[in-house]
Amino acid sequence: MKTDNDVQVAGRGIRQSMSSLHTWAGLLLGWILYAMFLTGTVSYFKDELSQWMRPELPRLSQIPDQAVVAQRIADELSDIAPGTSQWSIRLPDARNNSVYAFWRTPAGNPGGRGFGEANFDPATGQRVTSRGTLGGEFFYRFHFQFHYMPVVWGRWLAGAAAMFMLVAIVSGVITHKKIFVDFFTFRWGKGQRSWLDAHNAFSVFGLPFHFMITYTGLVTMMALYMPWGERVAFKNPAEQQQLNAELSAFIQPGKPSGQKVPLASVEDMVRQAQERWGRDNVGRVNAVHPGDAAARVAVTRGEAGRVSMSPQYMEFEGTTGKLLAVREDVGAAAETRGVLYALHLGRFGDTVTRWLYFLVSFMGTAMVGSGLVMWTVKRRQKLPDPDRPYFGFRLVERLNIASIAGLSIAMTAFLWANRLLPHPLEGRANWEIDLFFIVWAFTLLHALVRPAKSAWVEQLWAASALLFLLPVLNAVTTQRPLWHSLAEGDWVFAGVDIMCWALAALHAVLAIRTARQETRSQFRRKTSREAPTAVASGGAAG
Amino acid sequence: MNALIHRLRATGPLISRIVAALFGGYAVAALSSVAVLALPMTKPQAVLTGMLASFAIYAGAVIWVFAVRSALKAWAGLIVVAVPLSLAAWSVS
Repeated sequence: MKTDNDVQVAGRGIRQSMSSLHTWAGLLLGWILYAMFLTGTVSYFKDELSQWMRPELPRLSQIPDQAVVAQRIADELSDIAPGTSQWSIRLPDARNNSVYAFWRTPAGNPGGRGFGEANFDPATGQRVTSRGTLGGEFFYRFHFQFHYMPVVWGRWLAGAAAMFMLVAIVSGVITHKKIFVDFFTFRWGKGQRSWLDAHNAFSVFGLPFHFMITYTGLVTMMALYMPWGERVAFKNPAEQQQLNAELSAFIQPGKPSGQKVPLASVEDMVRQAQERWGRDNVGRVNAVHPGDAAARVAVTRGEAGRVSMSPQYMEFEGTTGKLLAVREDVGAAAETRGVLYALHLGRFGDTVTRWLYFLVSFMGTAMVGSGLVMWTVKRRQKLPDPDRPYFGFRLVERLNIASIAGLSIAMTAFLWANRLLPHPLEGRANWEIDLFFIVWAFTLLHALVRPAKSAWVEQLWAASALLFLLPVLNAVTTQRPLWHSLAEGDWVFAGVDIMCWALAALHAVLAIRTARQETRSQFRRKTSREAPTAVASGGAAG
Repeated sequence: MNALIHRLRATGPLISRIVAALFGGYAVAALSSVAVLALPMTKPQAVLTGMLASFAIYAGAVIWVFAVRSALKAWAGLIVVAVPLSLAAWSVS
């Protein structure tokens, strides 16, 4: 590439070195980072999105009694998964109108992943009959493990991207000598300067958040990335279990006795937990060897009202319902990890807190996006022949279009697929996901064949149109149009619809601004070289 | 041939730094996550402390590698840190 000057770090000041490091650490996995940031941002509302994507499931105007629901689902699971070694139920709360459960399936089950999972209707205990969809869970899982690849690979890739981000943040701060002053500087309509100022504003305003979210993201999967201490320290499974107990509320499944004894009342166990933590603040019910004489049940505390993911649970003997132990604290390092983990997920907060998370995280997305675009803006001015840029430049330019504007289209297409695919349909949930990727691939194709600026404008308009029409599609295809949601006070449905319009407006503004900007070659033809730095690029988004 | 040598001369130190940052940095972070076990803490807490701190150490190592004046110095710094960490790690394994 033609940027040897940028790459050579030897013999230069630390600020230039850090500037180069910032540029390349940010760029190399930048497209993955952008996708992680955006899907992660919407994941702060993944439960709401899941509700929107299962419109057949009525909204819960009040949270049902968790104890009753737990018993109902436990009964259902003993029918669905008899002889399972373990099951786990996530109870409905203020944000979930369905009950999610998973259970281990016996080893050697053909085609089995080793576990089954399903959503249940809290009112009936039956599996939900709504359309097959992964809901907001898809964005959430994509955010840290992607798709079409083994989960472990995806998580390593996410970890590498996060590590690059961390380096980019630290080197970015060092690069910036006037970080505070620059935050109050904004030069509108000045091309490269404006991009730099925007990038600085997005970065500096959210800096503590961006740093926190990157570091805590690494912490969520640190045992995968840094297993060495664990490997050296623990010589046997019993020692290993000491560590696991610090991290989660899953009870180690001992040996089943082989003697069949039904589970005692799960309702009574949850009742006791409710007395301890509050009526609506029970998180999960986990059972090992249910139906066996050796059964154990753990009832965990909910995630609301405390900033920690450290395990807090009550353990019961499965056959008698006798309380065996209450666990409410872990060691200092484990608690630190629990707090960092909770800070990343942001599930402790109320609606206002989650909106703040959403907004600052959105700013982080804009930081990555503006950084990516800036790479091309900066280099466009130095191109020897602006009409025929070198390969690396074109590659970055096209990838930027597909990964920024294209992702908006693909994510919206995922929601369109949710409304348009027939129901029932074999493998429907996977079809939604496949369509997301098919559409995304088409945006890349489009970005490759069209001139860069046209591609930006067309894709931003396409995203805007899809977003704008989504509430219309929702009104046509479901019983819950916007006016109905507003009248009912259904803020989940109304919120998604209105948010679509807000985002449609944002994309329209970006499209208009991009279309107005003149490319350098056009500019050159019209004027002389009086103010070459005042020229913006064809690429604009973020 | 001459041109190739010239290119290598020009890019060699940079590649050396990139390797030092990616793998040397990880190695130092991994070593430190084991070395923590030598501290007077219970094993589970020490293991978790090592994991939690490792990413800061990794990031710090990468910054060091690109901040110093030469690739040689970058490696030297990593080795100077790695030696005591290795001793501590070796003592607990």
